[in-house]
Amino acid sequence: MHELSVTQGILTVAVETARQHGVERIQAIDLVIGDLSSIVDDSVQFYFDILSQDTLAQGAKLHFRREPGTATCWDCGHQFQVSPPLSSLCPICQSAHLQVSGGREFYVESIEVEDEDTGRKADLERQRHHRG
Amino acid sequence: MKIPVEKQILSANDTIAAENRAAFDAAGLLALNLMASPGAGKTSLILATVDRLPKPIRPGVIEGDLASSIDADTISARGLPVVQINTGGGCHLDAPQIQTALPSLPLAELDLLFIENVGNLVCPANFDLGANLAVVVASVPEGHDKPYKYPGIFANADVVVLNKADLLAVFEFDVDHFRRGLELVNSAAPCFVLSCRTGAGFDSWLTWLLGHHKMERILACASPSRLG
Repeated sequence: MHELSVTQGILTVAVETARQHGVERIQAIDLVIGDLSSIVDDSVQFYFDILSQDTLAQGAKLHFRREPGTATCWDCGHQFQVSPPLSSLCPICQSAHLQVSGGREFYVESIEVEDEDTGRKADLERQRHHRG
Repeated sequence: MKIPVEKQILSANDTIAAENRAAFDAAGLLALNLMASPGAGKTSLILATVDRLPKPIRPGVIEGDLASSIDADTISARGLPVVQINTGGGCHLDAPQIQTALPSLPLAELDLLFIENVGNLVCPANFDLGANLAVVVASVPEGHDKPYKYPGIFANADVVVLNKADLLAVFEFDVDHFRRGLELVNSAAPCFVLSCRTGAGFDSWLTWLLGHHKMERILACASPSRLG
């Protein structure tokens, strides 16, 4: 259910960025989400298609880059990727002395727009600047 | 072409959370965000803690629930200032909801604010409310595997309370396994094993809570008229 609030957050960040850059249409939004953040990709895209209607981001595709957490064994030093449910034992030495880091990413990395869109906007900006 | 953004998804929430934190600091109060599954004992922990607070510490409560005012009525019956937030089905509290609720509380007359989040081990983890401490309450009947299955919320915790310790034997709960799971994702958060029903283990939790610099300052500055 919190995917709805998360999706609203994605839309807000993306549309704000587009406005700042004078972009009229967002084609895609690149997201980085850690595996320890409980987000269901399909749900977010589903909500996004509804929430983005009549905005600059209508029809935009969401690209998820998932970042796994990394477990480090304090006894043998082995490192391995993890996602919930977390393993309680090191697969190499069976030690229970593990530490998980990373996998907490939760941000909009970039938005993808058409080249002409930003180019045309930049021209308009320059014209406006020349006019004073 | 790509336009770099590098911005947190919930940055709008985080901005309001920072404003809430500033309001708490301005009032000199300590705000706790209590997160747990339904039935772990969030309301019980609030009541049992309030019962044991030294007199100078003046508590208040924000109650988050899907619907109803059952918990708020229970708190209010104890004579505590309380505000109810009904999320109308929403699975977590967010910073704007807290900001809206704050004017209904006498912040200047409070020292310790409990914010009881919606019962849920998933969603509340992502939403900063502006509280000073994230308190995760787990309970024995839920099982000792919770930190392994819901690492996000345990990773965010400043402190973990394991409630219903009086049931440890009944559920064959392995406290060491639970603690190792917590340490897996969060080696900094202390874990207090206690029972709100019997009061066992409460001293350590209370000593830790009252050791927070905001609590220490209030206790040190308490005028004789407020000492009980």
